[in-house]
Amino acid sequence: MPGYYANKIAMALPLITADASLTKDFESNRKIVKFVVVKKPEEQPTEELLPFEEAMLPHLDAAHNLAKWLLRNEEDAQDVVQEAYLRAFRSFSGFHGTNGRAWLLTIVRNTSYTLLKKRHAVDLTTTFDEEIHATGHESVNPATLLEHSEDAQLIKEAMDELPAEFREILTLRHQEGLSYKEIADIAQIPSGTVMSRLARARAKLKECLKVRIGMEK
Amino acid sequence: MNCEEAIRLMDGYLDGELDPITSQAIEQHLRDCGRCDQAYKTHGSLIRAIANATPYFKASVELRERIQSSLREGTTEQPLRNGVRGAQVLFHKRQPESRPSRWETPWNWLGLAAAIIFAAIIALNVVPRLQRPGADQFLATQLIASHVRSLMANHLTDVASSDQHTVKPWLDAKLDFAPAVVDLSEKGFPLIGGRLDYLDNRPVAALIYQRRKHFLNLFVWPAGSDAARGAKAMTRQGYQLLHWVDSDFNYWVVSDVNGEELQEFKELFEEQVPHH
Repeated sequence: MPGYYANKIAMALPLITADASLTKDFESNRKIVKFVVVKKPEEQPTEELLPFEEAMLPHLDAAHNLAKWLLRNEEDAQDVVQEAYLRAFRSFSGFHGTNGRAWLLTIVRNTSYTLLKKRHAVDLTTTFDEEIHATGHESVNPATLLEHSEDAQLIKEAMDELPAEFREILTLRHQEGLSYKEIADIAQIPSGTVMSRLARARAKLKECLKVRIGMEK
Repeated sequence: MNCEEAIRLMDGYLDGELDPITSQAIEQHLRDCGRCDQAYKTHGSLIRAIANATPYFKASVELRERIQSSLREGTTEQPLRNGVRGAQVLFHKRQPESRPSRWETPWNWLGLAAAIIFAAIIALNVVPRLQRPGADQFLATQLIASHVRSLMANHLTDVASSDQHTVKPWLDAKLDFAPAVVDLSEKGFPLIGGRLDYLDNRPVAALIYQRRKHFLNLFVWPAGSDAARGAKAMTRQGYQLLHWVDSDFNYWVVSDVNGEELQEFKELFEEQVPHH
């Protein structure tokens, strides 16, 4: 019986009830008796909902962008963002900060990682293979690299090759312009780690770009 | 600062995330070391190009509508989409909440009300005091950065004059407030000039005074009605800061002179400022 918990049965009534739309047959044990479960009307949500939407819907693009980069798949990104908003709404009463975007992005990030872990995504962290493209791009000079770095498609392909923690930090810094402190809070790493992780992510991205440019030649 | 250190700190510097003292040391190194300077320039322009070209995936109108309707359905167990996929099982293992307790007895409500009032009292009284140091620390960093920049970038003054009747009209014309400008030459703090600066999210006046070979930056901007009175002294990164508030203005003076001299400066300044 999805949606009905035993501890939520408010009353047992005879089968005939005034408001049939709120009833649902419930046969726990045919030998005993037939019950009707009266579902308590949901509490009116709009009072809480409007301030929530006002505070959080402006960050929908940021939420979707982060999820899309982390999951690399539109359907998953949409599911994660929807789930993140539901989670955020449930804990909104506990949010007293002023940085709604960072708070929401933390939830989006955690929800994304839950899904990535469930999928056994192998690229969550960098430990698996930092040296994947160690050779073959020495010929690409800085000027060529700079020239190609305006190619959105190329950057997308190179970004998608990176581990999730690199995609995450590059998105938060390059696209959301968040401070190191905010990034540390969202990615749940010490503040002192942000600079070195960002440096590694950028170096790795450069490397991936060079390999792709080298292949094009 | 050596090359290795400069390269290690490159991303932090380019992101503007280093403290002013370290930034200054890096700038010094870049003036001396062409290779590092070139590396910074190349990396900086590449980062900017990449950041600009990275596609930004905006949410569709459908997603917005889907989220709004799912929020309105409350937290009932609706499937995420018509299609059944693995993710749903993962996401909807919500713990049954202990909502019913909210209906059982009015004592809970009284307890809750008391807790809310208690929390509000704490929040109103304690939290602002706890937060102030954080805000002040942040402001102090900004003030020192501004002071350091004014000394190193050859931009100590916008209007260089020891005449308060030159400096004051110049500042008044540029700002939406009219700070008091006094000359303290006779007391050992000659006025050097004035400068516009930007601090605490607003344009502020900076008055520059000299003490022997040292410079003092006095930053002035209108005080909010809730500003706490009383002076506050701070030492950060070897600089002395002194803060006070009078009926109209916030004052922060930053310098590398010692604390007593700053205190003396404050007292002299306050004596000279016309009261009303």
